[in-house]
Amino acid sequence: MKVKSPLEVYKFLPQTNCGECGFDTCMSFAAHIIDRSVKPEDCPPLIKDSEKDEKIKKKLEQLIELTSPEIAEVIIGKGDAAVKIGGEDVLHRHEMTYFNPTAFFYDVWDTMNEKDLEVRCKKVVEYRKFYVGKFLTLDGFAVRCTSNNPDTYRNVVKKVASYGKPMILISMDPECMRAALEEVADTKPLIYAATESNWREFLELALKYNVPVTVRAKDLNMLKSLAATFKNAGVNEIVLDPVTEPLGEGLKGTFERVVNLRRTGIQGEDRDIAYPVMITPIAAWMIEGDDVEKTYWETILASLFIVKYGDVMIFRSLEPYSVMPTITLRFNIYTDPRTPVQVEPGLRPIADPDENSPVFITTNFALTYYTVESDLTSANIKSWLLVLDTGGLGVEVSVAGGQFTAGKVKDLIKETGIEEKVNHKILVLPGLAARLQGAIEDEAGWTVKVGPMDSGRIKGWLETNWPPE
Amino acid sequence: MGKMSIEEFLELLKKYDIEVLEGVTIEGDLEIEVEEGGVADQTTMAYLYTVVQEVRNFLYYANMAMGHLSNVSNLLGMPMPFAPAMQPQPAPLQVQEVVPMEVPEFKLPEKLIEAKFEPLKVEYPGKIQEVVLGATRKDGGTRGEVVVIGGEKSLPFYLFDAPQPHLPVVAVDVFDRKPALAKAVREHYEDVLDDPADWAKKAVNKFGADLITLHLISTDPLLEDTPAKEAVKVLEDVLQAVKVPIIVGGSGNKEKDPEVLEKAAEIAEGERIMLASATLDMDWERIANAAKNHGHVVLSWTQMDINNQKTLNRYLLKRAGMKPEDIVMDPTTAALGYGLDYAFTNMERIRISGLRGDTDLAFPMSSGTTNAWGAREAWMKDSPIEDDSDWGPRELRGPIWEIVTGLTLSLAGVDLFMMMHPGAVAVLKEIMLTLGGKISGSVADPGDWIFMEG
Repeated sequence: MKVKSPLEVYKFLPQTNCGECGFDTCMSFAAHIIDRSVKPEDCPPLIKDSEKDEKIKKKLEQLIELTSPEIAEVIIGKGDAAVKIGGEDVLHRHEMTYFNPTAFFYDVWDTMNEKDLEVRCKKVVEYRKFYVGKFLTLDGFAVRCTSNNPDTYRNVVKKVASYGKPMILISMDPECMRAALEEVADTKPLIYAATESNWREFLELALKYNVPVTVRAKDLNMLKSLAATFKNAGVNEIVLDPVTEPLGEGLKGTFERVVNLRRTGIQGEDRDIAYPVMITPIAAWMIEGDDVEKTYWETILASLFIVKYGDVMIFRSLEPYSVMPTITLRFNIYTDPRTPVQVEPGLRPIADPDENSPVFITTNFALTYYTVESDLTSANIKSWLLVLDTGGLGVEVSVAGGQFTAGKVKDLIKETGIEEKVNHKILVLPGLAARLQGAIEDEAGWTVKVGPMDSGRIKGWLETNWPPE
Repeated sequence: MGKMSIEEFLELLKKYDIEVLEGVTIEGDLEIEVEEGGVADQTTMAYLYTVVQEVRNFLYYANMAMGHLSNVSNLLGMPMPFAPAMQPQPAPLQVQEVVPMEVPEFKLPEKLIEAKFEPLKVEYPGKIQEVVLGATRKDGGTRGEVVVIGGEKSLPFYLFDAPQPHLPVVAVDVFDRKPALAKAVREHYEDVLDDPADWAKKAVNKFGADLITLHLISTDPLLEDTPAKEAVKVLEDVLQAVKVPIIVGGSGNKEKDPEVLEKAAEIAEGERIMLASATLDMDWERIANAAKNHGHVVLSWTQMDINNQKTLNRYLLKRAGMKPEDIVMDPTTAALGYGLDYAFTNMERIRISGLRGDTDLAFPMSSGTTNAWGAREAWMKDSPIEDDSDWGPRELRGPIWEIVTGLTLSLAGVDLFMMMHPGAVAVLKEIMLTLGGKISGSVADPGDWIFMEG
């Protein structure tokens, strides 16, 4: 985004502090445009007036231009399942945040037998990994044309489309691509890929079917040339594939190309290549080795480019040991470093507890809290969970650092009124806080039992420890 | 799913470049069993509990406690569905389908627009300090070779900005008493757990360790409380057993560690070991003086806070009078999924500050990457969350958790990784050597995947 201060944005706003946008003042709204939590189009008077007044319309367009992200946004798919890629403004996440997490697409091909195709599609659609209060999921399918037969490809693409996830259509042959687009263009798939040899046909397809297009070239002059040509011809949604080489000097070169593209796009302000970047970890399947080696290497390629500027990826392996680390890394890298890390301290009833239910305690670090809370809820353990304010630190660190103390536990017991809610005075302490057992017993006058080291083991622990003798 | 063995890992490496990996040897007698899935039902709970406890103890005693983990947002981070209404709708398809004259509508260009891509060049004014670990005979030590880290003038692996004089190295952890370890890690060391010298040898000769980190955890007053003087005898053994540079850690006890590290510094006079670690809440000055008096390096360890890191480094430089070439930083490592975002960003900020000319932060960085084994995804048999998809075999999950944690931090600027799983060591080295330009070759056609069947 070209503007850096709310004042620069304020100039373009109505300056009436009408509050229709949900903020008290236009200045406050301007500040939120700068941090990208709202867009100029979220100012109702500005939109209304721009419809009547040509001058205001110009102003709005100017503001949109000034506040749009450095890297263009591209949308793949339609409706609720659509995925947005690109739209980045910074090279390092601490400079603000990264916005649109790397989209994960999983490979299927049109010569797969029907049963395998179904199994694989279901796996992608159903994948879930619980993490910090929600389930992480996968984004879509990359459907490759290996048959070279337009009809076969059309049919398989149609079948895959029925799963309702965004798609990347992969074929170098314009006729196969055309057949697929005739079938599913309205679902807004990303087409892959326009190259030096087929660009004219692919440009026509992108324009005719109004779909986002990937341009592919290892030579960055050629890549820029392709992107500029497509842009000039009226294609707005462009994705760059600088060719992922999986090994050796090739991989080193890929890293260089990707970093240079992003850095020159953001810092060098080269608009011709300021588009999302495609990485194909699936290229790891070109190396020699068994499936485990290939899967490991695919995971590594993905991890490398999740950290460094990959906006959309095509994967082969659906092995959990590959999906789990990459999907977790994606979440970590794309977590907004500006948002708070803590949950409200206090008392949480779990699964409708009563006066006989056990009382647990944890800290208000979001990750710790959600882990414990979900473990209790998932195992349907009727219980009371005390959440101690440790300033957003986990159990181990806060015990060591003095944010998790017997005195604070005593205060929390008093403040929450837990003593009136249960007919016992037994607190289950996290195993990692075991050393506070005696101190809490002395301070709070409760009996303290040391629970397991990991809340995932509470269920088993209760079997032998609850109800107490 | 098949098993993965260290041989397979090393086999993978062998294909690419033997020369630069000569520290890795593949021995026929090396036997690494991957644990079978079945643990007898009645022992499952006890077993899992032990593992948890082991991991926890390990983290604590290995001085690698997860640090100041902060921000993990539960609210943001996943692709957000957006309101379709906000996006321009494509024209209805049927309109286009009935247009008979489509070509003139688009006016396809005959030729590509010619363009030249000019990559932006970035130069930083600063340079990361070079630190030499170990000393050979000519410098009064007995190491076979020294290890040099640091010296960067650009972001990690940005060789197109500036050459990177030293690629990151890996130290393997060794303990002076049978430590608590995750099973997937322990099984690689089962035969040497009682003998730190043999352990160090195995780590160097078989697993390619560039350095050894010896953790004197038995000095912990809550464990054996081994007197410092006695504990450092193990250091002598290890110095005898291997020729690589040595890092020495205490038990993490703030009162006892200064004494232990002092004794270690004395006994290793001339060897230029690294004392791990000085922290703000202990007598850092004593450790700094021990290093100064006996020619060693100090690891400056803070809990994921760039300002504290700067403060401690300044203390070491200005108050204790240490030389910049004798300091390495550990800004704290958190595992993938457990605060890695914070560790990454903290380190990246530190590195960029150093490159921009902040000499209080321009030191090489070390990472306790073994911390990755604290993540339940690395060691737990199954997900405790009922609705989770299958987690797959943990013998494959654990090493990759350590690899991805390390790889991510290598991109933030870590110069020295402290690790344990031999497979993870081998793979992380492989990727770092690749990005560092030390591994030649590529695949014939990187586009073959587009057409592959099966």
